[in-house]
Amino acid sequence: MSDKPKVAFYWCASCGGCEETVIDLDEKILDVVAAVDIVFWPCAMDMKYSDLKAMDDGEITVSFINGAVRTSEQEHIAKLLRRKSATVIAFGSCAVMGGIPALANLKNKKDIFERAYLDSPTNVNPGGVVPQEESEVDGYKLTLPEFFDTVYKLDDVIDVDYYMPGCPPTPENLANAVQSALEGFLPAKGSVLLPDKSLCVSCDRNESKPDDITISQVYRLTEVQADPEKCFLAQGIICMGPATRDGCDYPCIKGNMPCTGCFGPVSEADQGARMIASIGGIINAEKEGDIADVVNNIPDPAGTFYRYSLSSSILGNQRKEK
Amino acid sequence: MNNFEPKIVAFVCNWCSYAGADKAGEQKLDYPANVKLIRVMCTGRVDPQFVMRAFRVGADGVMILGCHPGDCHYRNGNMKTLRRFRLFEKMLEQFGINRQRFFLDWVAAGEGKKFQEVTTEMTERVRNLGPLEIKGFVEREVG
Ligand code: SF4
Ligand code: SF4
Ligand code: FES
Repeated sequence: MSDKPKVAFYWCASCGGCEETVIDLDEKILDVVAAVDIVFWPCAMDMKYSDLKAMDDGEITVSFINGAVRTSEQEHIAKLLRRKSATVIAFGSCAVMGGIPALANLKNKKDIFERAYLDSPTNVNPGGVVPQEESEVDGYKLTLPEFFDTVYKLDDVIDVDYYMPGCPPTPENLANAVQSALEGFLPAKGSVLLPDKSLCVSCDRNESKPDDITISQVYRLTEVQADPEKCFLAQGIICMGPATRDGCDYPCIKGNMPCTGCFGPVSEADQGARMIASIGGIINAEKEGDIADVVNNIPDPAGTFYRYSLSSSILGNQRKEK
Repeated sequence: MNNFEPKIVAFVCNWCSYAGADKAGEQKLDYPANVKLIRVMCTGRVDPQFVMRAFRVGADGVMILGCHPGDCHYRNGNMKTLRRFRLFEKMLEQFGINRQRFFLDWVAAGEGKKFQEVTTEMTERVRNLGPLEIKGFVEREVG
């Protein structure tokens, strides 16, 4: 084995987009591969959990773990990787704050199993079978990992050194992090490896905002033709920019789509609270009925304002006692 | 009557509702000791995050009391609060928290009696709902 730093990538409850970011390093990935040994990457290379178990504690220089923690298997591997790694980076919004999978925290395991396996109109399940952690087939005992009631963010189950949100983080974000890690330039433990300011600060539509934005109604993208120059919020289209951390280079806005908040909130902020404060502050209505008209046009505030951050929300993330 | 004593946090603005609470005191009007006042300069200062945090750390109910429309000493802080918290209430239910645990109203400096009434009613409402427990997943108390 060479003396090169060892790097691991792992995915928990995630879509695979974060792994895509690694691939999207394009030819830069060759520099990475030249500089480090990738010792564990189940998505792309053939490795077994037993290989990981056989490594020394702390032997891996950096582990990038993406995905939320939904099952006992994910918790188990996260803990194992923690033991084997000097540094763990929560990579991507699911690992940092629950991400899309954490939207399930508005329900619980019972609701989800009933819907997915019993009630969904496309199901044919006359025996009412739902997944069991243990079952017997032809005399063999089969086991499945436990499906938790809660979708956890990574630092609910292990100690995390650095955070890099994004759905997914951009290849530039990753390349910068790898570069800093290799050069030993990482900031204080616990830091988010991205700027601590809101997206609006960088967004090139910020200048188009009037000093005092007011909106009389909130529109869905399908209801209006979005002006490609003007701030979305000023057009009455919900844009999560004010409540979202900068660092993505606003690709969505450039594509004339409002920000949905995938980089999560800035430090100490609750993304939903921030968004309610922002939107509530600009609604131009005095009477209860007019206010209700606007509120009614936001059918799913929790799902909209916490699309990626429910596991780190003040009201929805408390670690379940185990 | 059940004997559960709810914890209620009330954010009151300095200029109207805190003065209203004071008025209740001057007039010797009792209000429930369950209600703990937090004075802010204006209800517009009440970040939704404060209310969430109050629930999270153990409040069973949260109130915001401010100047009547048109009377806010910072012109429209109270109206911003009204809009924010109408949206907030809707979201609260998505988190499985009954919206009756939150209450927003206007109490003027002279309205000692109204202060007594709204705090007493809120305490009874929340007493009937029982304690709020925020767990890891959302245990729903609304359908
Ligand atoms: S609200 Fe959206 S469009 Fe407007 S400045 Fe912020 S990020 Fe840009
Ligand atoms: S603009 Fe918003 S949703 Fe789009 S990549 Fe950036 S943070 Fe994510
Ligand atoms: S000063 Fe009382 S609500 Fe603004």
